[in-house]
Amino acid sequence: MNFERIREKLNILADAAKYDVSCSSSGSKRKNTSKGLGDSSGMGICHSYTEDGRCISLLKILLTNHCIFDCAYCVSRKSNDIKRAGFKIQEVVDLTINFYRRNYIEGLFLSSGIFSSPDYTMERLIAVAKKLRLEESFNGYIHLKSIPGCSDELMREAGLYADRLSINIEIPTVSGLKLLAPEKDHKDFIKPMEKVKNEIIQYQADKKLIKNTPVYAPAGQSTQMIVGATGESDKDIMYSAVHYYSTYKMKRVYYSGYVPVLQDERLPALGTEVPMLRENRLYQTDWLLRFYGFDVREILNNQHPNLDVDIDPKLSWALRNMHLFPVDVNKADKRMLARIPGLGMHSVSKILNARKYRKLNWENLKAIGIAMNRAKYFMVCDSNQWERKDLEPSQIKSMILQSSQSKYQKMYNNQLRLFN
Amino acid sequence: MTAYKLKYDGTFEGLLTAIFTVYDERLSSVTIIEERFFEADFFSEVATIFTDENKASRVWEGLKQFQQFRTSVYRTFLSELPDKEVYILDAVQYVLKTKNDKDYGHPSVLKLSQITKQIGREKHRMEAFVRFKRTKDDIYAAIIEPDFNVLPLIVKHFKNRYADQQFIIYDRMRSYGIFYDLKAIQFIALDLDDAVLKDALHEEEVQYDKMWQDYFIATGIKSRINKKLHLRHVPKRYWKYLNEKNPL
Repeated sequence: MNFERIREKLNILADAAKYDVSCSSSGSKRKNTSKGLGDSSGMGICHSYTEDGRCISLLKILLTNHCIFDCAYCVSRKSNDIKRAGFKIQEVVDLTINFYRRNYIEGLFLSSGIFSSPDYTMERLIAVAKKLRLEESFNGYIHLKSIPGCSDELMREAGLYADRLSINIEIPTVSGLKLLAPEKDHKDFIKPMEKVKNEIIQYQADKKLIKNTPVYAPAGQSTQMIVGATGESDKDIMYSAVHYYSTYKMKRVYYSGYVPVLQDERLPALGTEVPMLRENRLYQTDWLLRFYGFDVREILNNQHPNLDVDIDPKLSWALRNMHLFPVDVNKADKRMLARIPGLGMHSVSKILNARKYRKLNWENLKAIGIAMNRAKYFMVCDSNQWERKDLEPSQIKSMILQSSQSKYQKMYNNQLRLFN
Repeated sequence: MTAYKLKYDGTFEGLLTAIFTVYDERLSSVTIIEERFFEADFFSEVATIFTDENKASRVWEGLKQFQQFRTSVYRTFLSELPDKEVYILDAVQYVLKTKNDKDYGHPSVLKLSQITKQIGREKHRMEAFVRFKRTKDDIYAAIIEPDFNVLPLIVKHFKNRYADQQFIIYDRMRSYGIFYDLKAIQFIALDLDDAVLKDALHEEEVQYDKMWQDYFIATGIKSRINKKLHLRHVPKRYWKYLNEKNPL
């Protein structure tokens, strides 16, 4: 093996793949039954973290960064003058196996620039996955990108070897897509999603009748949206996320703060700061929707089309709905407990278990580990000490902000707001 | 009232035998302590516990209906924390008496669940941070120095995953390791360090080591750099055996 050449390719093609934020390696049920290599039946594992703090769980590379498309937001766009390279199928297989054997990775995340045609590209991606599964009896995690516009037959085949399939919608609005990727059609993104959804439904139905139905994309499908490239609001983003969750049964929607990589008048200028705080608030909202029982319309609506930057979305919701508080932690149902700012779902379940045996007081709650500085304004417990004053939401907000140190503090200016 | 100190041999079965003795002889105000940490004092009566598998398994069986709690008893034992026996005994007595195995309002029950969480985190870290190096005899070897004694907890994970490769994971801090010979896992005692391992490496190893280093750098996004977050996920004490931090 020519290691020098491979290293060169790896540098180029890992660099080009890094803007895809999905790193999940969980949710598959692929067990190592045949004494082969690898097992992805457990939880996901992050084997390392990049210096920007993102998890490294999969070998995330492009098969090639040659591309016939010219999407404005993409570093591999046709008109961009960069080094191009392409892996041979066997090279990707060898790299994956050798990294996996050393416990560097959970598996492979393979994407690609689109060369000659969508179907031709998709066939190459599938060939890698197929070789790993059939020739190397590899049971590690494989995440394949679906290529926009590829045929249903190929999507069917891809799901037989991959654990997860994903296609990045990238631009949350159809108009934004027209502006930045005029050659791509919104329908080309939707078709593979639709196919994967239907295949998964089909698999689940067949499985009930025939036990050895070949497994289809056990870790489901996901998508990604770029945040801050076009002028979309948080409401636009989250409403379309909800659409993808419900219509296509997505396992995950990822939000990726736009990193300016190219000079283009349609896009934020080079050197514009990556909207990481906004991205963080979007993920918090995503969690509230998926695990905390919130409806997106409670958090974002026409009165509040954008999330607050200085406080988290749950706190922001609570401050707008003070009539629902304080909540008695010894009596409230699970749904309401989950809505108290400063309580995570782990604390909620601890409280539900612990309160069967005794009435909980502040000491107990502190020991359980809830974030008191936020929670104390919104709850009462087995104690005669609680916040009695009828505080205005703005007062609570500024008291919480003063008592806490946000890692994002430098990104917003609280001082100005106090004088409003 | 007499206070008792029970010395045991530091094994899990030993600890369970000691707990059995507390019930069997109806002792109160008991401190269970590992032999090697034992110091005599004038106030308490001392007894040495002789590990008895039969007694140990009776305690273990007695906790069977509290699966989750039982796991946390074992994991707390592996924590090697100095007061672990105090919390374990207190929590076990409380749970057996009241059956309230999930009463996180009780200090020792909560403590056990917190320690268990710490151990779980360390176990998970080791599943992530083990870095195998391939040797000339085609054995994949890794050295670790975990905060807690989690090697027994990660055996199953690695055996499932690398069913077709021989591997060694060696805990340098506790001087023991596991070896998988394609059939079963054996616990082994050997003396392995970086220098010994380096001499035994396969000729291609340095290439993969470099490629991993390349990949680690190439996959980071410079305009999003966040060293603080990076350090929170990969604390410095683990860097020693991570080859992206410490290349060959």
